[in-house]
Amino acid sequence: MEALLWLIPIAIAMGAFGLGGFFWSMRHGQFEDTDGDASRIFMDDTDSPIVDDSMKSDSIKKDARD
Amino acid sequence: MGRVDTPKSGAPIGCPSGLQTREVAELDPMGGALDLSPYVTRSDNEGSTLELIVQGAHCAGCLAKIERAVTALVGVKTARMNLSTLRLRVVWDGDQTSANDIVKALSDNGFGAAPYSVDASEQKAQDELKYLLRAIAVAGFAAMNVMLLSIAVWSGGADMGEGTHSLFHWISALIALPTVAYAGRPFFRSAFAALAQRRTNMDVPISLALVLACGLSLYETVHNNLDTYFDAAVMLLFLLLIGRYLDARLRQRTGAAARRLAAMQVTSATRILPDGSIETVPAASIKPGDTLLIPAGQRLPVDGIIARGTSDFDMHIATGESQPQCYGPGDPVYSGTINLTAPLTITASAALSDSFLSEITELVELGEQSKSRFVKIADRAARAYVPVVHTLALLTFVGWLLVGADLRVASLNAIAVLIITCPCALGLAVPAVQIVAAGRLFKNGVLIRSGDALERLAKTKSVIFDKTGTLTQGRPILTNTDDIAPDALALAAALARQSNHPVSRALHGMQTDLEVTDITEIPGQGLRGTFAGDVVRFGSAKFLGLDSGDARAGTVWLQKGTEAPVAFAFVDALRPDAADVVAALQADGLRVDLLSGDVKSVAETTAKTLGIEHWYGQVSPRQKMNVLYQREAEGRYPLMVGDGINDAPALAAANSSASLASAADVAMSASDIILQGDRLSGLPMAIKTARAARSRVIENLGLAITYNMIAIPLAVFGFVNPLIAALAMSGSSLLVTLNALRMAR
Repeated sequence: MEALLWLIPIAIAMGAFGLGGFFWSMRHGQFEDTDGDASRIFMDDTDSPIVDDSMKSDSIKKDARD
Repeated sequence: MGRVDTPKSGAPIGCPSGLQTREVAELDPMGGALDLSPYVTRSDNEGSTLELIVQGAHCAGCLAKIERAVTALVGVKTARMNLSTLRLRVVWDGDQTSANDIVKALSDNGFGAAPYSVDASEQKAQDELKYLLRAIAVAGFAAMNVMLLSIAVWSGGADMGEGTHSLFHWISALIALPTVAYAGRPFFRSAFAALAQRRTNMDVPISLALVLACGLSLYETVHNNLDTYFDAAVMLLFLLLIGRYLDARLRQRTGAAARRLAAMQVTSATRILPDGSIETVPAASIKPGDTLLIPAGQRLPVDGIIARGTSDFDMHIATGESQPQCYGPGDPVYSGTINLTAPLTITASAALSDSFLSEITELVELGEQSKSRFVKIADRAARAYVPVVHTLALLTFVGWLLVGADLRVASLNAIAVLIITCPCALGLAVPAVQIVAAGRLFKNGVLIRSGDALERLAKTKSVIFDKTGTLTQGRPILTNTDDIAPDALALAAALARQSNHPVSRALHGMQTDLEVTDITEIPGQGLRGTFAGDVVRFGSAKFLGLDSGDARAGTVWLQKGTEAPVAFAFVDALRPDAADVVAALQADGLRVDLLSGDVKSVAETTAKTLGIEHWYGQVSPRQKMNVLYQREAEGRYPLMVGDGINDAPALAAANSSASLASAADVAMSASDIILQGDRLSGLPMAIKTARAARSRVIENLGLAITYNMIAIPLAVFGFVNPLIAALAMSGSSLLVTLNALRMAR
């Protein structure tokens, strides 16, 4: 039964990790646009990213959706 | 309004997948002309930010096109299109590009745009959704982990050591209790609110079941007893939260869709300041007494009185008249109508107690009061369920005490009764069906604004249609093209090129390269120009000096020099699906009425064309309500379909009501259903779906009652243990949900 002393906390910790991950992704706006995210995989973007590179070095607050 | 776009050679306009069915030029409310500066926010490090609602975006191809087109502009940092909310967020360097360039880039690619400002109620709806989602996540996590432990306990049974058994219970308690406290808040709040008003709703038994189950289980855990119900409590929470979330999400989506439609209507106006300078302001900030400049082709943002200028107005959104009316200085004009011919200066007027719009508002409030008396099926079920179940629980408790059991056993069985009756089935029975039905309708372009709208729609036995803008498209088309010589057509088209009058717009599609000079438009009369040395006139019979014997409603005459005048017969185009829809509704046994604010002769013609027996013309808003009340008194539960401001009171008062996406703001917010894409064919489908939903709801309630009749005796007589409770609860929820999904086909 000593195994339980390991297994139960591990199981709960894994679950908590998943929960934390879910909250994190919610906070980062990953659930804001489910239709758009589903469509974006079909986009043939081979050109430059949306964010203007020259602005990256500045201390702007990162756009939450990026 | 009505800016005609010529497509760039080769590139398709709008959605590359061809999903856009209507010309975006029709949808584009700004025509690139309005000033967006009130909507742009500036910050030092980010630059300028603007949020736009984009019309015509449907697929990945549209996303790519939109983002590419906007980021191609100089100085644009980010352009992110959200396909769920149809909002485009642009951040750019204000010095290098202007907001109007962005809108122009969009419309060049075939997408219409309107400025968007965050609505407080929309923000609240979004926040509620996020809150529910977090609660679901926590409840799900808890349910899984507690179930982990519970299954072990159930399968271990007698073989499990007491210490382990107790340990598992304690861990379950540690997980379940905070979860119920956190994720159960939506139910507790609603239950408290109802109890504070001395009412009950479905959330009262749910909260009670949760609290008692947790309390009892905690007691059992502390006393090292065998049965705890933590998993039942948390699973109950999880399942009900899912139902609640889906319901809230559907309401938020339809609400957002309705708000988007309203946002596409005019939002800015040009104000003339006392010193003579002009500024552009959002329509909401216009105050009575302001002097506004209304260019030709623009919709009036507010009611007012003409200070200077004479022009024709498209009245159909306000009064249902299909013929434009001519107004001059001193005449009152109404918001929503379109200024057709000449620029005007108007003075915004206060809502006088006898003004048209305030009368409408009064009538709308009156109508909505009568509708709020409708009691939803779910509430009726709750009213029956709550006293019955609580009485049974109490009787069980007392009964066991009488039989000689101790307090613990008696309360165990009483609480088992409360838990097993599972507000699950009842709490899910109605919402599950309504969500599936509303979702299905949403996919087909029909927005249902609330669950009880579906219930009311199912009872419909008669339909009342408005004419102008509802059954007709609100714009004239030429019907006797064959009778007119091609060069006469070309001449008329050349004259009409620059005019915004609906009759002129009907001719815009025609190709003509004739050179007509000195074109002037005389409001209320017609167009005049010079061609090859002759004076050409295109307008009413009176304008051409013809005797009134030749005057027929809808006929416009063209005369070149002194030649014989040519007649152009214009008719307000019926919507393509209008005839089919009327036939379908009549075949279904519904009585169809036509109510119109337009002149009687036109109403009669339309009614006859569509096969509608009962029609009324020149009807005022109050008269529309009276016909409505008459149908209701006859027990026909009328469905009112309209689009204009004059329809709003009837839409609010009717048993159920529908309006089109192109309807006036007031009409849309007063109606239960909005037909996107102006497709009337959504109506027969909506009625059919509502009736199917009603059958499913009754079936589900039946299933819930049957389940309870089996489960309650089991609980009363003490046969329920946590395993049975868990199985019963999930089984009944699953059954009810699967039955609801039967509707999805």
